[in-house]
Amino acid sequence: MEQHVRSDHPVLSLGLRKRLAPYLLSFPGGLWLLVFFLVPLVAILSVSLQTGNPIKGYALTWHFSEYVDAVRTYHAQFVRSFIYGSISTVLSLVLMYPIAYWIAFYGGRHKSTYLLLVLLPFFVSFLIRTLAWQFILADQGIVLGTLKSWHFLPQSLHVLSTPYAVVAGLTYNELPFMALPIYVALEKIDPSVIEAAADLYANRTQRFLRVILPLSSAGVYAGILLIFVTNTGDYVSASLLGGPSTTMIGNIIQTQYLENSNYPMASALSTILMAAMLIGMYLYARTFGTRSIEEFV
Amino acid sequence: MDAADRTEGHVSLRGLRKVFAEVVAVESLDLDVAPGEFFSLLGPSGCGKTTTLRMIGGFEEPTEGRVLLSGRDVTGLPPYRRDVNTVFQSYALFPHLDVFENVAFGLRRKKLPKDEIKRRVADALDLVALSGYERRKPSQLSGGQQQRVALARALVNSPQVLLLDEPLGALDLKIRKRMQLELKRIQEEVGITFLYVTHDQEEAMTMSDRLAVMRDGRVEQVGDPETVYEHPATEFVAGFLGASNLLTGEVKDRSSGLVAVALEGGSLAAIPEHRFNGTGARVKLGVRPEKITLQPPDDPVPPGANHVDGLLRMATFIGVGHQYEIEGPGGTPLRVYAQNVGTRRDFSPGDRVRLVWDPEHTFVVNDEEGVGDDEPR
Repeated sequence: MEQHVRSDHPVLSLGLRKRLAPYLLSFPGGLWLLVFFLVPLVAILSVSLQTGNPIKGYALTWHFSEYVDAVRTYHAQFVRSFIYGSISTVLSLVLMYPIAYWIAFYGGRHKSTYLLLVLLPFFVSFLIRTLAWQFILADQGIVLGTLKSWHFLPQSLHVLSTPYAVVAGLTYNELPFMALPIYVALEKIDPSVIEAAADLYANRTQRFLRVILPLSSAGVYAGILLIFVTNTGDYVSASLLGGPSTTMIGNIIQTQYLENSNYPMASALSTILMAAMLIGMYLYARTFGTRSIEEFV
Repeated sequence: MDAADRTEGHVSLRGLRKVFAEVVAVESLDLDVAPGEFFSLLGPSGCGKTTTLRMIGGFEEPTEGRVLLSGRDVTGLPPYRRDVNTVFQSYALFPHLDVFENVAFGLRRKKLPKDEIKRRVADALDLVALSGYERRKPSQLSGGQQQRVALARALVNSPQVLLLDEPLGALDLKIRKRMQLELKRIQEEVGITFLYVTHDQEEAMTMSDRLAVMRDGRVEQVGDPETVYEHPATEFVAGFLGASNLLTGEVKDRSSGLVAVALEGGSLAAIPEHRFNGTGARVKLGVRPEKITLQPPDDPVPPGANHVDGLLRMATFIGVGHQYEIEGPGGTPLRVYAQNVGTRRDFSPGDRVRLVWDPEHTFVVNDEEGVGDDEPR
């Protein structure tokens, strides 16, 4: 059987084009990452090793003293950021798993409507939403003020400027990033697998713990990763909803960079934060991640 | 569990009915499956066979009626409270567990001792010839192997009844044929009641002790494969279980132990009285294609044989035999199958032929309209 393979590029053989395609496809994204990710990363690393002052300027001296200072001065904020990041991650998991579960298994024809509802707050700017929280949580604001005037709450109660407000803000802001990957993982589960578990004497709880949860672990893993990284480095919630006692490392970096113009310190803090999170994520991936991801390939 | 209990493994369906959003899937179904029997529910897609199976498994709640397992009413019990296990059409293996853990799943839920689980899983994998695959993941197995894991996973629990929902449907023909025999062997070995759902009449006949042919949510006929094939009760059953030739006729005389029926086109056919179930004057007679002998129209008909004449339209050689398409009286299409035993007489398209068969091989179905278009595969 003879067939003519029509080609617009007779110079390139089909095999060569097939081999080149993936490179060509990843070229724009790769270039983007190179220019806007790799270059700034190297710049930050080099700035963190500079010394000087804002007036005379900074020069690369390869001194690691900023790192020592950074840890000595701001370890409390580092620890706090990791604690807030962890708590808000766990909270969003606890809040969003049931919603994702419900949409995936009971959403019926309206699945996409429900997903849209989960995403709806995201059509409003993140800054505006946090400001709205500030308004809502204010001591004499619309919610607390009203409840206090009805004597449901004591006058002395404050929410704003407490860790609760910051963690609540962090949790709220990233909720869909937890819901979506979990939903996708749950949605992929073949319903007959759950029926098979019921057939094999698993009650509701066992079906969830032995089948549904393990099969959605890749989504949980992705959600945790996304939210923990974003929230640990966040500074907006702490600056709008928090007070002096809730300062996170993101706030310190912001102050050092924008207000004090202490670029080496800001860069060193950023580098430490990044390194700490990479190590944390690596350990997390080694313990839970690789296994659950491997199962799906 | 009492081993001496005679009803162990008995399935009884009483007035079972299932309606899905005003669509009737199963209608007034009564069925009894004997302990240790290989029983098939056979029918085209949408006939209600899978729904019936799912009601026995506990995955669907009947709208009306009762399901009895070993004499005990289990209607309304969830699947995990029923002593039945299912082999799903899609196998439904747990993708996150290896073969061993898949098979051990039910035993672990029953909280059996570790040693016993290990021993029983090993036995079950041995039964389906998959020893040595314990640590494989389902995704690393072929379709046939996954199917056998699904079977082992259900059988390892020694249920009273095993439900199989088209378990071989996704396999290719060669493996399917082998698995049919394998399933039959396993069923005889373990002695558990097998309730098997299929749309493949050959598969059902190969394996079943008895089968029920279903259509539109109702059972058309129940019997052993031979009876259902040789004496189909309805035109639908006749058409679903292989090819059949149907001739309309009118009852002329039923006095002498043989009923005489005047066929369209003038010839008279005789049918043994006991084959007759209807009382109406108009009947449809059926003959299976392999029961008919072709001969030249001028040759004498053997004494006592039935015959009709027709025009040969097409002759096809299919290796093991010849298949003839004939235009019968009144244009009725008829089919004759002659085995290739080397003594074939040559017939060519256009020849006038005479179709001859034994009255014993004639069956009678009720004359009904608009059925039999569900071609069996």
